[in-house]
Amino acid sequence: MFDLSPADWTAVELSLRISIVATACALPFGLAIGWLLARKQFWGKTLVNGLVYLPLVLPPVVTGYLLLISFGRRGPIGEFLYDYFGIVLSFRWTGAALSCGVMGFPLLVRPIRLALEAIDQKLEDAAATLGANRLLVFFSVTLPLALPGIIAGVLLCFARALGEFGATITFVSNIPGETQTISAAIYTLTQVPGGDAAAGRLVLVALALALAAVIASEWFARRAAIRLHGD
Amino acid sequence: MLDVDVEKQLGAFKLSARFQAAHGATALFGPSGAGKTSVVNMIAGLVTPDRGTITLDDTVLFDAAEGIDMPPHRRRIGYVFQEGRLFPHLSVRQNLDYGRRMSGQPRDEGEFERIAALLDIGHLLDRRPGKLSGGERQRVAVGRALLMRPRLLLLDEPLASLDTGHKREILPYLVRLRDDAGIPLVYVTHMAAEVRRIATTVVRLDSGRVVATGGLELLKDAEIDL
Repeated sequence: MFDLSPADWTAVELSLRISIVATACALPFGLAIGWLLARKQFWGKTLVNGLVYLPLVLPPVVTGYLLLISFGRRGPIGEFLYDYFGIVLSFRWTGAALSCGVMGFPLLVRPIRLALEAIDQKLEDAAATLGANRLLVFFSVTLPLALPGIIAGVLLCFARALGEFGATITFVSNIPGETQTISAAIYTLTQVPGGDAAAGRLVLVALALALAAVIASEWFARRAAIRLHGD
Repeated sequence: MLDVDVEKQLGAFKLSARFQAAHGATALFGPSGAGKTSVVNMIAGLVTPDRGTITLDDTVLFDAAEGIDMPPHRRRIGYVFQEGRLFPHLSVRQNLDYGRRMSGQPRDEGEFERIAALLDIGHLLDRRPGKLSGGERQRVAVGRALLMRPRLLLLDEPLASLDTGHKREILPYLVRLRDDAGIPLVYVTHMAAEVRRIATTVVRLDSGRVVATGGLELLKDAEIDL
């Protein structure tokens, strides 16, 4: 697996970049939505909940297609982004990050929501009586107590982003050096005669990355638990 | 001087409480379900009354008619909860320091040492709340509330979760606090013995109403009821 071709390395580097950017950009939204779903009652909550989980149950091709018609250059959102900010997402790696973030979002939100629901809100009341305003309460009590759930969500989202295929290839296609991730590269290699060896190498890379992500998350989760309970 | 005159409908239960608490320790005394905790939660700003006013010295904390409802973090009222509610992710020292940090006051080692000595918790500073006994936990909770320099200290059944031995261990600290700290205390309990040890004024609450206000003499007939 160490004699990867430059093209293979490009796919690996792209996959990592796309997954990291997708997870990092999704995290603030995941925290906000997870908090809303855990703590607030509002009109349309069922709808928001449904929309968040939609990418998990829809065929990825459908999600990719919906992204294409809304975020493509002629799509309503895509056109707006291009006209006002000069941002193009379709057929760019940034678009791949968007589709990976959308696909990973439900897996990010769910553990965060559960962690926030599990927090004893009486601790937040106690913090308020000690002089902490709502923002300080959130950052000094809520967030540290929810950290194990946040780590779990981040890992799941990252892993999903790393493995994303259907929505990404539908939205931004399969362009080497721009949108061709490990998954897309493996798919391409299996479509051409004699590509099996190269595909096998990338499969090993995918395995190694997935394993590293799981081990890293276990380590972080244990560290967070120790911080929380002081063992 | 704390001046409370509030009303609130809590399901089928109507709470209507009116009393004053000056220096020393005022016991909010009555059977379980009398509405004692709801009253202190209103004083702290954690529960909003339907009607009425709450003032502390010359500060209006709540006035329904004027639309005033000061948020809890600005009231500077210390609150010792029944279950302590120490932050599990922080050490004892960080718990004690929390109020000072959140309100951006300068560090005052002398005050910290004095309160740690008053409550005898100096040897616990590096532990986590999970490693404390019930009595130690409540002493740290009292210290945490004191170190935010409150204008008033609310104690909601601070001994209820402790066994008899730990109760005996903590009561002298509370008496010392009443005499030395110079902060008015509002002490919620359903135990006549605690009232006898701590209180200088007694407010008897029953079924959401203040039925009597006075000194320790109120206990004599109340004890039989409880």
